[in-house]
Amino acid sequence: MSYAQRGMDWVRALPKPAKIVLWVLFLVFLFALPLLNIPFITTPDSDFGGVLFTVSTYVLVALGLNIVVGYAGLLDLGYVGFYAIGAYTVGVLSSLHGSWPWLWTVPVAIGAALISGILLGAPTLRVRGDYLAIVTLGFGEIVRLTLVNSQWLNGAQGISNIPRPPGAELFEVPSLDWSSGAPVVDLSNTTTFLKFGITDQIPYYWLALSVILLVLLFDKLVKDSRVGRAWEATREDEDAAELMGVPTFRFKLLAFALGACIGGLSGALFAGKAGFISPDSFVLLLSILFIAAVVVGGAGNRWGVILGAIVVGYFPERFRDFADFRVLVFGLALMLLAIFRPQGILPPRRAVRAIEADEKLEALEEGEVRV
Amino acid sequence: MSEAFKDEPVMEINPDVDIAPEPVGGPIVAEGEKLLEVDNVTLRFGGVVALNEVSFHINKGEILGLIGPNGAGKTTCFNVMTGVYQPTSGGVRYLGKPLGKRKKFQITKLGIARTFQNIRLFANMTALENVMVGVDAHHSTGVGSAMFRLPKHRREEAEGLARAMELLEFMGLRGKANELARNLPYGDQRRLEIARALATSPQLLCLDEPAAGFNPAEKAKLMELIRTIRDQGYTVLLIEHDMKLVMGVTDRIVVLEFGRKIAEGSPAEVRDNPAVIAAYLGVDEEDAS
Repeated sequence: MSYAQRGMDWVRALPKPAKIVLWVLFLVFLFALPLLNIPFITTPDSDFGGVLFTVSTYVLVALGLNIVVGYAGLLDLGYVGFYAIGAYTVGVLSSLHGSWPWLWTVPVAIGAALISGILLGAPTLRVRGDYLAIVTLGFGEIVRLTLVNSQWLNGAQGISNIPRPPGAELFEVPSLDWSSGAPVVDLSNTTTFLKFGITDQIPYYWLALSVILLVLLFDKLVKDSRVGRAWEATREDEDAAELMGVPTFRFKLLAFALGACIGGLSGALFAGKAGFISPDSFVLLLSILFIAAVVVGGAGNRWGVILGAIVVGYFPERFRDFADFRVLVFGLALMLLAIFRPQGILPPRRAVRAIEADEKLEALEEGEVRV
Repeated sequence: MSEAFKDEPVMEINPDVDIAPEPVGGPIVAEGEKLLEVDNVTLRFGGVVALNEVSFHINKGEILGLIGPNGAGKTTCFNVMTGVYQPTSGGVRYLGKPLGKRKKFQITKLGIARTFQNIRLFANMTALENVMVGVDAHHSTGVGSAMFRLPKHRREEAEGLARAMELLEFMGLRGKANELARNLPYGDQRRLEIARALATSPQLLCLDEPAAGFNPAEKAKLMELIRTIRDQGYTVLLIEHDMKLVMGVTDRIVVLEFGRKIAEGSPAEVRDNPAVIAAYLGVDEEDAS
């Protein structure tokens, strides 16, 4: 049992009020992270707020991909396609062929990703395993090549001047300064609460973090239901699931569509922050990194894939000097992981689910739920 | 509870737990009338004729044995009945209506459930979750209901949990509800498969060699289990190699050989049928007596 798991167990054993306080403190810490300027963790070479935003998009993408790969067991190697479709929908509507505000384009981006997910899934989810991986790999490349070659989408030049998320300048938040060796509140280096500017990276991180929390809640609620069981049954044995009354095709398509939605949402966030997108932003390597995040962390466990996304997104930024080697390092790390811990760093844990199931059973017996 | 079962050498079931099928499939025929008819089914794989004009029927409330030597087409017959294969000609009628081109999950929802010759549980899900997937066959909670925890979701979860626990209790697996299916002993896995199939509230339960790999004591318990299941309101179709088990538990027997039906009747009739003895029982009969 790893330290992370022991920590989780310790938290789980706490009484409920203490748990809530701890969670709130943890959330405050997460939101304050870019202001704390904690030595060593904070990236020295690039704006920490921006780095945290990048990591957040990885986390979001990993959560979406986890539904497809981790829960439903569908190996999707073209996930970057949905990310691109989300980003380009925002770009096209807000800058290239329209002047919608960013916020309005987000639901459309999610919808466009959803539709593309269904259009890709409906014919291809009839093939299984490796074949599906190849088809989705092709999809990711087709999306990119279409972007490169479409004049209507401005080809390789991409789309610039994408508007930023709507903000307001409400108050200033100070940050901490560690230059003297101890933390000192630095009133000269402040962040305006909710001003989305070019140099104000931190609000983007706050936005992304809030979106992640919503997606996490959604993920938890849906996974812990008939839908989640149907996905897992399909992953474990598709034929048996079908013969136990699970409409597997429908549930695979659902997983694909929901995954695509979250991918599109991440793309929309990315476009809103970057202000400029081009086909180069959506290369195959990104799909591979997304998959790596899910697999490294532990497919099927939402906390695992978050950890995986942090590993994949954060370390190259922290150790920028070695960024050129990151593919090499990832390759080695993946090989080692495949040999020594093929289930990922934090694989799904049944013990936790057993505790939850016991709680439900108790409620059922004590409450005498009439059914 | 779980401790008590660890030292249990032979499976213990709790036959008093009410596991009768939920009224989900609409009107059902009366006891003793035809529940399912296999009508002149022929199935060809290229040049191989796996089933050759096979016809038989199953009456509601009976235990029908489907026997035959290896490769006779017993499991293939199951696969046609549960929608895995489409017959080349002929068809299957359930409650008088043809199954047609219904999908596998739709046939399960109609009321035909099965187990597998090689155990095919959802290995990385708990015993309870395995059974709940079966109960879910008649549920309709989707993303919307789950996301907003609508009353439908709450009701179906509570119902599903209650029924799943009853089935586990019945099978003597209650104490292992939260064990991963793959970590269960072999005998428990076999019973969990039956529980999962029963969870779909089938009218017809098809058991594909449920006694495979069991010792005589376990086989005796299994016979008792199958009878109890029938008494709780299920109709059972049993594929089995073990003659003693088939003869002891079934009401009628259908014998297949090389994809053709060669005999049908009561266990005693089938036992004395020369064609059956020649095809299959000849060797076994001598061994047994």
